[in-house]
Amino acid sequence: MAEAHDRPAESFTIRLRRYDPQSGDAPYWDEHTVQLEPHRSVLEAILQARDRFDGSIGIRCSCRQAICGSCGVRVNGEPSLACHTHLDAAKSSSLRGGVIEIEPMGNMPVIKDLIVDMDAVHWKKIQRVTPWLLAKQPVPEREYIVDKEAMVDVTQTMACIQCGACVSDCLAMEVDPGFIGPAALAKAYRFVGDPRDDQQFERLNDLAQDPQGIFDCTHCFKCVEACPKDVNPMGQIMRLRRVAIADHDIVDVNNGERHEAAFATLVKDNGLLWEAELLPRSYGGNSWFGKFAPPAGKELLSSLPAILKALMRGKVTPMGALKPHRIPAGDLKAVQSIYEKVEGRKERYELNLYITGQDEDPAPAAHAGAIATGGAETAQVTAEQEGSNQ
Amino acid sequence: MKVAYWPGCVSRGFTPELHGSMARVAPLLDIELVELDRACCTGAGVIAEHNQELADTLNARTFALAQQVDGAEMMMNICSTCQGAQSECQERLDSNAEYREHVNATLSVEGLSYEKGLTNKNFLWLLVEEIGLDSLAARVKRPLSNLKVGPFYGCYIVRPRNRLGIDAEHPRDHYLHQVIETLGGTVIDYAGMRKCCGFPIITMNKQASLKQAARHLGDAMDADADCLVTPCPLCHLNLDLQQPLAAGATGRELDMPVLHLPQLVGLALGLDPKELGLQRHVVRPTSVIDWSSSVVGAAA
Repeated sequence: MAEAHDRPAESFTIRLRRYDPQSGDAPYWDEHTVQLEPHRSVLEAILQARDRFDGSIGIRCSCRQAICGSCGVRVNGEPSLACHTHLDAAKSSSLRGGVIEIEPMGNMPVIKDLIVDMDAVHWKKIQRVTPWLLAKQPVPEREYIVDKEAMVDVTQTMACIQCGACVSDCLAMEVDPGFIGPAALAKAYRFVGDPRDDQQFERLNDLAQDPQGIFDCTHCFKCVEACPKDVNPMGQIMRLRRVAIADHDIVDVNNGERHEAAFATLVKDNGLLWEAELLPRSYGGNSWFGKFAPPAGKELLSSLPAILKALMRGKVTPMGALKPHRIPAGDLKAVQSIYEKVEGRKERYELNLYITGQDEDPAPAAHAGAIATGGAETAQVTAEQEGSNQ
Repeated sequence: MKVAYWPGCVSRGFTPELHGSMARVAPLLDIELVELDRACCTGAGVIAEHNQELADTLNARTFALAQQVDGAEMMMNICSTCQGAQSECQERLDSNAEYREHVNATLSVEGLSYEKGLTNKNFLWLLVEEIGLDSLAARVKRPLSNLKVGPFYGCYIVRPRNRLGIDAEHPRDHYLHQVIETLGGTVIDYAGMRKCCGFPIITMNKQASLKQAARHLGDAMDADADCLVTPCPLCHLNLDLQQPLAAGATGRELDMPVLHLPQLVGLALGLDPKELGLQRHVVRPTSVIDWSSSVVGAAA
């Protein structure tokens, strides 16, 4: 780093998306060339352009050290904190021959230039999940005594700085703006996982029954990539689902629980997935009779145009649909005994990489970095039995 | 090269043309496939959502079986979702010796044990990194001239980058581009090429799911693509099988053929469209393939 800091100032060209909704004019692109050392941030480049060339450039910022979460923007198409993105890195990831393209975040209306309306989307969604502790009664005279592990478990969600980067790039929200979204659901886990909170079931039931709640996430990993603080919002959403279904037996109106149960059961019964059976069971219930339930019939009818075409093309054969493909009997037995052993444990064994870190002995470099190992830089404690978050 | 081959469930179920076309293409690339027919479903992220240790143990079993295949250089899959789900499990297994021992204790009943550090590559990665683009180019018999192909990566094979080993040296999120060009085709960029196809929520929020598929298909049509190519059979289900419904959900007429990666490679290597199962698609690629002479791109 010392070497990088010694490098002299050089020219960086930034391309800003400008837009003032109140002006009535269409958005346009504006280019400025600034002089800064390569280790300086994209935010510093924007501020220099504003100071030297155009005082009307709209940008929100405060701490300039990746803590306040104010300066979320898209740099070269990717959500980033402007203050946390070095100019040399931004230049090398440019899609426009070294010109650094800076846009406002997505999924939120633009107030001016790079400033988006966080109140209209992000904060509204955060409010939706009751983002405060609903304490167990009676409240102790002094402080609550809480297991260290239980608090470490929610540390990852507490690392969120509310910058909105995950909201900006959420692909579910792109087609379904009402989706509660990654930031708010990660915040929800912060309280669901807190042993002092009294409303775990109510919170989970609310988020599971909402058509735009935990089962509306498309599992696309966009928020995982976007987060500058490794909060892993998608991972938190999956944990919410797991706790809702496994610990509270919540059966939702969105087919989330039925889908998961049917998937796990079909793999246990056959070793492989039986897609033709998965869909009706997800609607009608997790048993062979599920397909005869009215919701499954309704779904079948609405999917007829696709099903008939698939049958006509020989893509799906009646035999293939009626008969599952299966692994050999001996292997199926082995798979079923794994199910019985693991599902029979008193407490679930979960590994949270954010808090468990990597092996001390690094893996022999798998083929050309084929599979990166670990991923957490915050190794603190060893594997632990997370249990049921009670 | 010899690989422990994991075809996945959907390639043997609703997209049999994927498994079939891979079997046809492999010998032309000197890949020997040793099918892991004893292995079970990866769980596609759903079993991990249900019970993380269960998904990790089932996949550790598959990895252990792959490590037993004599002479196999690595494990190969043809499903992005399998790649993503397996990589996630492998990341946990490789990152913690105590956890790995715990999982291996369950596998020991069968005499199996997973050793850290397995290499598991999707066919796309193997094609670029092991076969090599020069070697692939040398095998092309029927260049995809005039064929405008939109790459559809989906999610599981491009995110998260760290876990999937994507970096400047391994730009795996650009490999479809490179393969299309190597086969003689023209790459069509469009907004949705690395977005979600919508499949994971098809039973939970069908309208949103179909809207996602329709949006990408529409974007590709607007960008003037002849067809899309994908390394993921689940994306294929939402983009091809569900295309008539996606059209209905958005009120836009859609007519975008979607090819599996081995099919596109097979066409360029000289295989007949029927051998590759192209007639099985819901949206038939008639606009890009002249069925009488099997010359790609000529009929468009």
